[in-house]
Amino acid sequence: MAKTSGVPFNGTKEQEEKLRAKLHELKSVQGGLMPALQEAQEIYGYLPKEVQIIVAEELGLSLSEVYGVVSFYSQFTIVPKGKYKIGVCLGTACYVKGSGDILAEVEKVLGISAGQITSDAKFSIDATRCIGCCGLAPVMTVNDDVYGRITPKDVNGILAKYN
Amino acid sequence: MSDIKMINLKINGIDVTVPAGTTILEAAKVAGINIPTLCYMKGINEIGACRICVVEVKGARSMVAACVYPVSEGMEVTTNSDKVIAARKTTLELLLSDHRKDCLSCERNLNCELQKLSNEYGCNAYRFRGVSSKTDAPDTTTDYLVRDNTKCILCRRCVATCNKVQTVAVIGANERGFKTNINCAFEENLENSPCVACGQCINVCPTGALHERYEINDVKKALADPEKTVIVAAAPAVRAALGEEFGNPIGTNVEGKMVTALRRIGFDKVFDVNFGADMTIIEESNEFINRVKNGGTLPMITSCSPGWVRYMEFYYPDLIPNFSTCKSPQQMFGALCKTYWAEKNGVDPKNIFVVTIMPCVAKKAEKLRDHQNASGYPDIDAVLTTRELAKLIKEKGIMFNDLPEGELDNPMGEFSGAGVIFGASGGVMEAALRTAVEKLTGEELKKPDFTEIRGMEGVKEAVYDVAGMKVKVAVASGLSNAKKICDLIRNGKADYQFVEIMCCPGGCINGGGQPILDAYTRRNVDYKTLRAGALYSEDSKKALRKSHDNPVIKDVYDYLGEIGGHKAHKILHTEYVVRKKY
Repeated sequence: MAKTSGVPFNGTKEQEEKLRAKLHELKSVQGGLMPALQEAQEIYGYLPKEVQIIVAEELGLSLSEVYGVVSFYSQFTIVPKGKYKIGVCLGTACYVKGSGDILAEVEKVLGISAGQITSDAKFSIDATRCIGCCGLAPVMTVNDDVYGRITPKDVNGILAKYN
Repeated sequence: MSDIKMINLKINGIDVTVPAGTTILEAAKVAGINIPTLCYMKGINEIGACRICVVEVKGARSMVAACVYPVSEGMEVTTNSDKVIAARKTTLELLLSDHRKDCLSCERNLNCELQKLSNEYGCNAYRFRGVSSKTDAPDTTTDYLVRDNTKCILCRRCVATCNKVQTVAVIGANERGFKTNINCAFEENLENSPCVACGQCINVCPTGALHERYEINDVKKALADPEKTVIVAAAPAVRAALGEEFGNPIGTNVEGKMVTALRRIGFDKVFDVNFGADMTIIEESNEFINRVKNGGTLPMITSCSPGWVRYMEFYYPDLIPNFSTCKSPQQMFGALCKTYWAEKNGVDPKNIFVVTIMPCVAKKAEKLRDHQNASGYPDIDAVLTTRELAKLIKEKGIMFNDLPEGELDNPMGEFSGAGVIFGASGGVMEAALRTAVEKLTGEELKKPDFTEIRGMEGVKEAVYDVAGMKVKVAVASGLSNAKKICDLIRNGKADYQFVEIMCCPGGCINGGGQPILDAYTRRNVDYKTLRAGALYSEDSKKALRKSHDNPVIKDVYDYLGEIGGHKAHKILHTEYVVRKKY
């Protein structure tokens, strides 16, 4: 029932010190939880339980209060991103051009769903909103590489480049 | 008073004058008009979220939530127009569309605020059909509480209570929109959270989404086992509230009928946890006197309330040295049943099954703690809440209100007035003082009433002059109040010698296992004072009002030896653990 990413937490001491210093500044700020979480996500790239506990303790909140906010806003993620961040655009143009099938194929090949990360932390999938290159629809991205006008058949070949 | 500006308005054409800042909901009550609510809890959950309390205000853009909308001069409010009623009905029908409607077998059938409103508004429960947002199986991971989110209407009354009344905030609203669910962080099971087990969330739930973990079947099984001697005893606060389940006014003491009902259910012995309370006072006042005389850790803090014990272990484990090592009255009672009573009556403790009736759900967890098995067997075998006992009485066809008054069995049905008042905030302290003062001064306490520490305020303080020594005491109930005292002690700013803390606001009379009162009653009736009144009234009528005057106590110490001695320690004292929050 509990929701976790399944990826071990690899935070460093430097990251923790940086976060705690930021949280000390935000402690007395009313409504400081949102900026605190944004800082934390900036530092760690995501908000695993270990990081949320640091935020809760420094701000004097319960873990449940912190998690409630994290899970409410789509800008926060409790799942880390992979070495290769795959984005499949589900904006209107891409979607009508069949990006839903592309996403399904990526999920099938990697064996994970959108919002998840492979157990070796190599790939993560995000279903994105419009990324602004509708002329290339349907579009998928891997980190900064953009692949346009693709079909589900192209997916295997694209992913193979990163393996 | 003259500074307060008064506001004149009309509600359904009726002129009303109320102080500025009053909500429409409160003003309507003054005019004799009821506006339904679901999410609203005064001062605790004022979020205007459920929209059941909507009313029309002349000139307003849309209908407004009466629970949070303040009155203004000349305002004209309509609370019962066709438009208002249609809006409320649609809101209810939308709630019902995502609610598991197994009302007939629901534990809250006929005592459910959603059901009552649906009935009053003539709702069609199947007007809107769609997928269900919550399909998870109920969380049954704890020994004390079950959460079934398929019946949750997201009113957040439990969340607000957990956060603001008890300040532990172990549950919250997770996700958003249709996926919103009330759960612990990361949708963890309650078992893996720093929940203190108070059960206050159950008492405020308008539906059947929360209830205690039932142990009725364990009790029935023991009653059917010819090998077992089944002993039952009720906590002080149970008799002050059980009657409500049978339509008696709040504050009716039903001790006698309760005893008869327990006997008719088939228990072999009907004793009383009040006896355990008297025992607790003997040990605890002795522990206090020793700490005062020998420079022990002060202030000493009471340990009767298992929700409070869990709170301290999770959130203030540094205060463990301040804790009395005394077991709670329940556990002392059970321990003595299986040692003192067993030996006296030649019964093998293996074959004794001790059931307690408790106003509490944390007691269900307490009985499973370590060091709670003085005889080698669990001190307590089953704990039923006041509500569970009422269910059992009804199921057995016992016509409660027609029962004759019963007499408790000897010897462990004997108790003093001091034992009775344990059920109200301040009662343990008062009971302990009655004994400690006599012990310290060596003189008879003529007037055993310590009224300064009675009442429903969250924090009470008093200073008593005892044998030339100033004893400063503090009494707190509800964890938001307990937290204040704990912080003072932690920071070295407390000058108390003795502190009583009860987990639930007002003490056990308002425990998480007590009869459920709807939001309207909780808001408008001082039910805590009424229930406490039943206990103070019983105390005042008792011939014996001090624990050490309980004649059975002497016999028990013939068995145990010295008060606070080796055997007493083995049977009546316990240990605490540091618990991790995450």
